[in-house]
Amino acid sequence: MHSSEISIWFFIGVLLTVYGALILGYGVSELVSGHVANVVLADLHAPVWWGGCLLALGLFYGVRFRPGRQN
Amino acid sequence: MHPLALNSTIVGAVGHTPAHLAFAVSPLAHLTGLDIIVIAVYFAMVLWIGYYLKQRANTSEEFFMAGREMTAWIAGLSFVSANLGSLELMGWAGSAYQYGILAAHWYWIGAIPAMLFLGMVMMPFYYVCKTHSVPGYLKLRYGQGASVVSAISFAFMTVLMSGVNMFAMAEVMKVVLGWDLNFSIIVSSLAVAAYVALGGLRSAIFNEVLQFVLIWGGALLVPILGLVEAGGWNGFKAKLAHNIAIGAIAPGDYTHMWRSMGHFSDNPMGIHWTGIVFGLGFAISFGYWTTDFLVVQRVLAANSLRSARMAPIIGSFFKMAVPFIVILPGLLGLVVLQNPDGSLMHLVGQNVAAANPGAGLHSYNEVLPLMLIRYCGPGLLGLGITALIAGFMSGMAGNVSAFSAVWTYDIYQPLIVKNARDEHYVAVGRWATVLGVIISIGTAYLVMNAAGIMDYVQALFSFFISPLLGAVLMGMFWKRATKAGGFWGLLCGTLTSIGLWAWVKIDPSALRYVALSPDAKDMAENMYRALWSVCTAVLVVFVVSLFGKPRPDAELDGLVYGATKLPTEEPVPFYKNEWYWMVIAIIAFLGLNIYFW
Repeated sequence: MHSSEISIWFFIGVLLTVYGALILGYGVSELVSGHVANVVLADLHAPVWWGGCLLALGLFYGVRFRPGRQN
Repeated sequence: MHPLALNSTIVGAVGHTPAHLAFAVSPLAHLTGLDIIVIAVYFAMVLWIGYYLKQRANTSEEFFMAGREMTAWIAGLSFVSANLGSLELMGWAGSAYQYGILAAHWYWIGAIPAMLFLGMVMMPFYYVCKTHSVPGYLKLRYGQGASVVSAISFAFMTVLMSGVNMFAMAEVMKVVLGWDLNFSIIVSSLAVAAYVALGGLRSAIFNEVLQFVLIWGGALLVPILGLVEAGGWNGFKAKLAHNIAIGAIAPGDYTHMWRSMGHFSDNPMGIHWTGIVFGLGFAISFGYWTTDFLVVQRVLAANSLRSARMAPIIGSFFKMAVPFIVILPGLLGLVVLQNPDGSLMHLVGQNVAAANPGAGLHSYNEVLPLMLIRYCGPGLLGLGITALIAGFMSGMAGNVSAFSAVWTYDIYQPLIVKNARDEHYVAVGRWATVLGVIISIGTAYLVMNAAGIMDYVQALFSFFISPLLGAVLMGMFWKRATKAGGFWGLLCGTLTSIGLWAWVKIDPSALRYVALSPDAKDMAENMYRALWSVCTAVLVVFVVSLFGKPRPDAELDGLVYGATKLPTEEPVPFYKNEWYWMVIAIIAFLGLNIYFW
C-alpha cells in the first residue's frame, strides 16, 4: 500500500467513530433523560460503554491510518 | 419516547417486563430513526469504498486479483469474513440452540486444521504457480478438461450459495423487521453488485474486512449481556441442568463436544466421532478451506508468499473465536428466552413454524435475532441488524467476485473468446459480477422451498467441493497423477456424491449404508457422503493414472511437491514467523477441544 492512498483501516476508523458517537450520544441522552429502552439489562447502560468503546477504537484507527500519514 | 428513538422501539411484547420482550408477534421489532441512520451509514461507506477503489481496478490483475498487494492481515481477515455470511451467523446459532456446543465442531475441527494445512503446505504451490484460480491450478496440472469441469461446478455452486445467503438474510429481515422480502434482496444485491463491479476483488476484500469488524462490533454485545443475565458460564450450565431436570429442555449433553460421540444414537446430531474427524475434519473441511476458490482467492491476493502463508493462520485465530458470537448466543437462548407468560420459550424447526403461522412459534434460525432484540435498544439494534446485513453482503460479495473470476478466466477466456485485450476481460468481469448477482437473486427464490438451510449447504459441499479436494491433493502431492486421472477422478467423485445423495432421497433406508448406521441423521450422511466422494476421486485418479504416461518433472515445477523448488524467504524475528504462529494456533485449537471435551 502506498501511504498516499486511503487504508482500509482508515475506513474502519471512520465507520466506528460515527457509530460510536451515535450510540454513545444516545446512551448519554438516556442517562440524562432517565428514559431507557425497554430491553433486558437496560440498567447496565450498554449504549454508553459499548458506544464509548467503538468511539475510542474508531478514533485510534482513524488517526493512526489517516490519509497521507506514513504507516 | 427518547428523541433519537423517533418512531418506536421493540414491538409486540405482550407483557411489560423486559423478560417478555423476546416473544413477539411478527414483526419482532421496528427500527428507530437512529437504527435507520446506522444502517444508512453502512451502505454509504461500502459504496464509498467501491467508488474510491474503481480507479485501482483497471487491469485484469487489479480487478480479479487485487493487484496481489494485500497484507497478511487484510488477506487473513477477508479469508474468514468471506465465509462469515448471514447464513453462517444465523444458521449455526440455530444449530447451537438445537444441538448444543456440538455445532462448534464446524468452527474448530471443521476449519482450523484445514486452514493451517492450506497456509503451510498447499499455499506455496498455489502462490508459486501464479494461478488466478483453483480451476486455473487444475488447468496447469491436469489440463483443460478437469479445469472446465471444476469451473462449471464451482460457478454453479457460487450462485447457489449466494442465493442461499440472500434467502437467509431476506427471511430474517422479514421476520424481525417486517421488511418486504423483495426489498431486502434488491437493495442489498444492488449494493454488492455496485461495489464489486466498480472495485473488483480489492473492493470486495476491503469491504469484507470492514464487515468483519462490524460483525464483531454488532454481535459481540449479545453473548456478553447473555452471560451476564445467565450468571456466567457456570450459571448458564446450572440453569441448563435445571431446565433439563424439570423437562423443559430435551435431555442431552449441550456443553461437551466429544463425550457423546461414541455412538450415533448418543447425540442429537446422530453423528459418530469418525464422521466428525474424517468426514467433517477432513473431507468437508479440507475441501472447503483449501480448494474452494471463494476463500482461496483472498489468500492468492496476498503481496508475498510469507503473507499468503500467514493469512490463513491469522484467519484461524479469528475462526476459533467466532463461536463466541455465534454458538454462545444460541446456547444462551436455551435458558434466557422466555414467552410472555414467563415460561421458557421453545424454538422449533422451520417447517413447524411455517406450518403454524398463527401460533407465535419461532424457528431455530431466529435465535440470534431474538437474542439481539432482547438486549439491544435503539442504535445497538441497528448495529446488530447492520452486522447481519454485513454478514450477508460479505458472503454474497465473496461468491460473486469468485464467480466473476472463474467465469472470465476459466470459462469465457478458454472456451469463448481466447485472445482479447486485457480491457475486454476486465469488462467481462464487471458484467459477470452483475450477472452473478442477477442469477443469485433468481436462486434465492428457488431455495425458499429447501427444508433446512444448513443441510442444503452441506449437500452442496459434498457434491462439488469434496471431489475437488481428492483431485487437487493427488495432483499436488503425487507426481505420477495424469491428465486423464485428474479429469475422471473429479467427474467420478462428483457423480458418486450426487448418486449417494439421490439414493438416500429415493430410499431413506439406504442411510445405513451411506452413513454406516441406521441411527445416523442428515448431518452424518453429509459427512460420510463427502468422505466417500473424496475417496472415490483419489482412487480413480490413482487407478487411471497408473495406465497413463506421467508428465516429466520439468513440467511440474511449481505445481507438485517434490518437483518444485520453493523460493527461500528472508529470515524474520520469531513473532513474525508463520511456523511460530501455526504452533500457537495448534495449541489453542487443542486447548479448546480439551476444555470442552
